[in-house]
Amino acid sequence: MATISQPALEDKDTGGKHPVIRVDDVHKYYDLGETKVHALRGVTVTIDRSEFVAIMGASGSGKSTFMNILGCLDKPTTGTYLLEGVEVSRLSKQELAAIRNRQIGFVFQGFNLLSRTTALENVELPTLYAYISKEEGQKRAKDALALVGLADRMEHFPSQLSGGQQQRVAIARALVNKPAILLADEPTGNLDSRTSVEIMEVFQKLNDDGLTIVLVTHEPDVSQFARRTIHFRDGKIRRDEQVVDRPLASDILKNLPALED
Amino acid sequence: MDLLAIIRIAMRALARNKLRSSLTMLGIIIGVGAVIAMVSVGQGAQQQAQDQIQAMGSNMLFVGAGNVTRGGTRMGYGATKTLIEDDLQAILRECPSVKEAAPGSQSSQQVIFGNDNWFTQINGTEPQYFDIRSWSFAAGGSFTQDDVNLAANVAVIGETVRKNLFGATDPIGETIRIANLPFRVVGVLNGKGTSAAMGQDQDDIVLVPITTLQKKITGQTWLRWIMVSAVSRDASYTAQEQITSLLRDRHRIRRGQDDDFMVRNLADMADLADQNAKLFTVLLASIASISLIVGGIGIMNIMLVSVTERTREIGIRMAIGATEGDVQQQFLIEAVVLSVVGGAIGIALGLIASYTITQTLGWAVLVSPTSIVAAVIFSMAVGIFFGFYPARKAARLDPIEALRYE
Repeated sequence: MATISQPALEDKDTGGKHPVIRVDDVHKYYDLGETKVHALRGVTVTIDRSEFVAIMGASGSGKSTFMNILGCLDKPTTGTYLLEGVEVSRLSKQELAAIRNRQIGFVFQGFNLLSRTTALENVELPTLYAYISKEEGQKRAKDALALVGLADRMEHFPSQLSGGQQQRVAIARALVNKPAILLADEPTGNLDSRTSVEIMEVFQKLNDDGLTIVLVTHEPDVSQFARRTIHFRDGKIRRDEQVVDRPLASDILKNLPALED
Repeated sequence: MDLLAIIRIAMRALARNKLRSSLTMLGIIIGVGAVIAMVSVGQGAQQQAQDQIQAMGSNMLFVGAGNVTRGGTRMGYGATKTLIEDDLQAILRECPSVKEAAPGSQSSQQVIFGNDNWFTQINGTEPQYFDIRSWSFAAGGSFTQDDVNLAANVAVIGETVRKNLFGATDPIGETIRIANLPFRVVGVLNGKGTSAAMGQDQDDIVLVPITTLQKKITGQTWLRWIMVSAVSRDASYTAQEQITSLLRDRHRIRRGQDDDFMVRNLADMADLADQNAKLFTVLLASIASISLIVGGIGIMNIMLVSVTERTREIGIRMAIGATEGDVQQQFLIEAVVLSVVGGAIGIALGLIASYTITQTLGWAVLVSPTSIVAAVIFSMAVGIFFGFYPARKAARLDPIEALRYE
């Protein structure tokens, strides 16, 4: 497993000759017996290192399918997907699991933490599947939690944390194996507006530190925090533009009144 | 993920549903407990049968005066008068597999001591008889070869006879009357209980020198039986053949004609009893195994429920890098932990049950280490076998679908 991700890791270290993501004419069909659903109809996109991309679109536009393919949870029917220069669509299930483990960090709308498992253990989980030693895994998990500002909540269970805190734990979990990209699927969908901005602040900070982030959202407000937006409709990219006058989440938070407890 | 981490995760997952886990384990606990207890009972019975046959003398051969048909009338066992002292001497002389031999003759008589009397079987024999049968004495000892040569009035009595005639009195040196003749008691045999093979009280017996019985009580000159010991248990089969062919020769029995004697090999009986006990054990064990299989199905059932319940967890694990193998291992280990912990408790329960059976029913129970090792391996195998399908099902889940599962 380690052998597959090795060349990609080297690229990451040397600054990268390849773009992080390169998707070329990707189609995706779902065969539902009688009917064929054409979810993606020829998507071509390149995402470079340290980009912060928001993917927009109504439901059924194909953006979720596209995210699943980017996240190596699904394979394109035709077309190629190069992650860090590696052709991912030809890898076995086991190799894809290793890619998801090391190259990709997932953040979901519903947080998807394991209940009755502490924040620290949730964050440690990906290191277990990476065969990283217990000590090293725990150290990394603590660092990741500190990075998202939850150093004092490590032994809390998800049920003892607020939505925003749970999402931070999920972000820490996504970061613990030092992935090439962070994929966030509607990360603010279950959060109130202030907490949403707080999460976007975390994303902006991580992006400023060089992390590549791809975010799916249908909220225009949220997409404005990214550097680039890509609009999907009917399985195709309709618009791909840089964000002008990007607001800084930290500035907005200063002007927002703090919520009463 | 390393095995220790997986076992830890499995333990925690099971601890989350304590009642459900313990009920699931109960099937295995009862199954393993039943197997251990039943096999213990079976092997105890086997051992007991072995011991009893051993006590009868496992190298022993019984040569009986046979049944013979004369003029259309079938006479019973002991009816022929052809088995004689000379046959005994010939057996000792000419059969190399024979170690010792003792003649026997019998009669049923009233035995009287003081005001008490008891009807019992009087066996006439020679001192080596006690040796052949490996009978030991509670008091006194055997009569001697001199007693046999002189047809002396001496007797060895069994435990039942002692109890009925003497009670608390020491019988050694006392005089009892058999067929109105006075006999001095020289020995009391150790109690042997009821024979498992024959179903008769082995202690209800009086032994006297054969010469005394023949000359003074029955007036017979022929023998009822000869008790023979072979040089070893294996040699008892050759001894049987040697005696058969020798006696057919001596009794001038032609080819095709029936023997006028019978030779019974107690090793045969031991084997038979052994086989019966083994069959008994296998039967008990297979009945108990059924409950173990039922327990296994219980595990499978709960694991399937658990996989469905935790579909989302499986999706999360897969999204963050668990391979199919990791997920399969996780659920398989959970099933194995259930069955092995259940098995361990079952062993304890089985041991307690075996002990209770020994205490309350007084049955001989033998707990063999083999059955414990077998129970551990078997319960583990049950876990793997019945856990495999649910684990496979979990591993085959599509991560996208699993993440969407509510």
